[in-house]
Amino acid sequence: MLDNPAKPLVSVRDLKMHFPIYSGLLRRRVGEVKAVDGLTFDVMEGETLGLVGESGCGKSTAGRAVLRLYDITGGQIAIDGREIGDTPQSQLREMRPTMQMVFQDPQASLNPRMTVEAIIREPLDEHTTLTPMEKRKKVAKLMDAVGLNRKFAARYPHAFSGGQRQRIGIARALALNPKFIVCDEPIAALDVSIQAQVVNLLEDLQEKFGLTYLFISHDLSMVRHIATRVAVMYLGKIVELADRETLFAAPLHPYTKALLSAVPEPDPALARNTNRIILQGDVPSPSNPPKGCNFCTRCPAVMDICKQVEPEYREVKPRQFAACHLYNET
Amino acid sequence: MSIPTLLFIAFVIFMLLELAPGDPMSQMPLTIPPEVKEKMRLALGLGEPWWVRFPLWLRQFFIVEPQYWIDAIFGTNFADGAQRIISFQSRSPVFDTIAQRLPQTLWVVGMSYIVGVLIALPIGIISAYKQYSVFDQTGTFVSMIGFSVPPFFSGVLLIVIFSVQLKWLPSIYDTTHVVTSWDSFVFQLRQMIMPVMVLALQTTAQVSRYMRASMLDNLSQDYVRTARAKGLSESTVVMKHVLRNSMIPVVTVIALGIPSIFGGAIITEQIFKVNGLGQLLIIALQGNDIPMVMTITFLLAVLIVVMNLIADILYGVLDPRIRYD
Repeated sequence: MLDNPAKPLVSVRDLKMHFPIYSGLLRRRVGEVKAVDGLTFDVMEGETLGLVGESGCGKSTAGRAVLRLYDITGGQIAIDGREIGDTPQSQLREMRPTMQMVFQDPQASLNPRMTVEAIIREPLDEHTTLTPMEKRKKVAKLMDAVGLNRKFAARYPHAFSGGQRQRIGIARALALNPKFIVCDEPIAALDVSIQAQVVNLLEDLQEKFGLTYLFISHDLSMVRHIATRVAVMYLGKIVELADRETLFAAPLHPYTKALLSAVPEPDPALARNTNRIILQGDVPSPSNPPKGCNFCTRCPAVMDICKQVEPEYREVKPRQFAACHLYNET
Repeated sequence: MSIPTLLFIAFVIFMLLELAPGDPMSQMPLTIPPEVKEKMRLALGLGEPWWVRFPLWLRQFFIVEPQYWIDAIFGTNFADGAQRIISFQSRSPVFDTIAQRLPQTLWVVGMSYIVGVLIALPIGIISAYKQYSVFDQTGTFVSMIGFSVPPFFSGVLLIVIFSVQLKWLPSIYDTTHVVTSWDSFVFQLRQMIMPVMVLALQTTAQVSRYMRASMLDNLSQDYVRTARAKGLSESTVVMKHVLRNSMIPVVTVIALGIPSIFGGAIITEQIFKVNGLGQLLIIALQGNDIPMVMTITFLLAVLIVVMNLIADILYGVLDPRIRYD
């Protein structure tokens, strides 16, 4: 799958999502949180792009912005050949069937007062002209596909476990046969034993329906398991994007190196030998990012230029993109 | 559960009236000799101690009165001439007087509540959806007025403006008016507008605030984002997902607010001279008419308990997660 020159299903160029901050007596705009500040990436058809980064780096915002659940500040998003960067929400509705989202919190993201069947059927009511009978069949099929018992269709979300609820969320996302699904930390709220089940389910469904995923997670081992390519985010920007093997074997960006060194090593003999890169300090505020490279305040390999000039995000090695001055001089 | 509560409430009201200073005879002319007054007291049944009179009242309220109602409807004779609850002042059965006064109050109070809620719900929904907009700010301001300006002020203000200055509306509610034609219907509308609006302002202020807060709570929920991601239209998202979830606390407030609006009506009825239940209660209080006060107050208590029950039942209807076994 990696070898064939797949065409991008989703291509994002310089995506920006800034949230205004209002303050003071007159609620004047005093600044903005640059949650996502200039993302550029492609998601190829049929692949899973993992998006990793620490908490608060803008992963979820990026995922939602790509689906235009927000009105973005700037940039272009093309999904399936259609530019949706500045389409008004009302026209976006017809595009929704192609792009769906699996949310992080399976408890909060399902309407507590709708039955499972109603939750899964609602997109069908809105976007298709199926008869009620066909809809029922489709719902039952979807429930089978995600491994839920059909008999539970009339129950309410609170009657299910976390893993089952996430399956409901997945079935709901699948209802309209989307091509592209953003999985926003779909496993973060689940038990470890259930995480594997849900991830495997996502993989099976990808194979079965030919789905393309943007898989947002902070769990590096999970991303290593499911992703084809991985993008690493730091403070609203992608610092490195590469094929999974390349990224895990030979990371370029110092942040990626630090992040990977934080993955626990299950073998105690090996664990003793790993030298963890421990970053000092905290992530700067996204409302007031540092001048130059966003990572310059904590980078172990910081240089003078890092504090002045923002490094360009470019293809440093074939199929490996990074934004770091370390690779710009050579 | 609610029956012991009601019995306890009845007891508390009875004892409050019993222990409160005041004598039904105090309004009598001073020329009546003390021994005659004493005889009148005995004739009213006040000679007996409270532990005799309280069970007697309970018996009259729960057994004798319903018997009379059944007799009146089916022409039977269960009551068999038993003693009804008699007003000290008018010497006529308390329930007859209440039945005469109730329609006036229900018209004004009921209508004002419906009008108030109907105005409040859209205001609450729009204010929440367009939070901090001009509409929202105006709504906040108006409800602040509704909360803080008591009806005895807003009522008089309306009378001064619309009856005295502009002479558009009558200041006194004519309860003897009967709607027979279009003109009389218009007259009825005109005389109802002011009392209804004064009471509705209070309801609107309260209910619209609750509606707004509840909508805001739900609008920021994750499932609303899910609904948008499904590609539903904005109206479906707001009306189906958010509104339905937001109605639950609001329904409670609406149901539990019904008894309190009767309380508010007491003042409004005084201002607009509506001779409804509120006015009846005031006159009864002034005249130390214990059976009348006792019965009306207890009926209000019944109303509160019943509304609580209705709110609980509505919960079950609106929220599928709540099931009463």
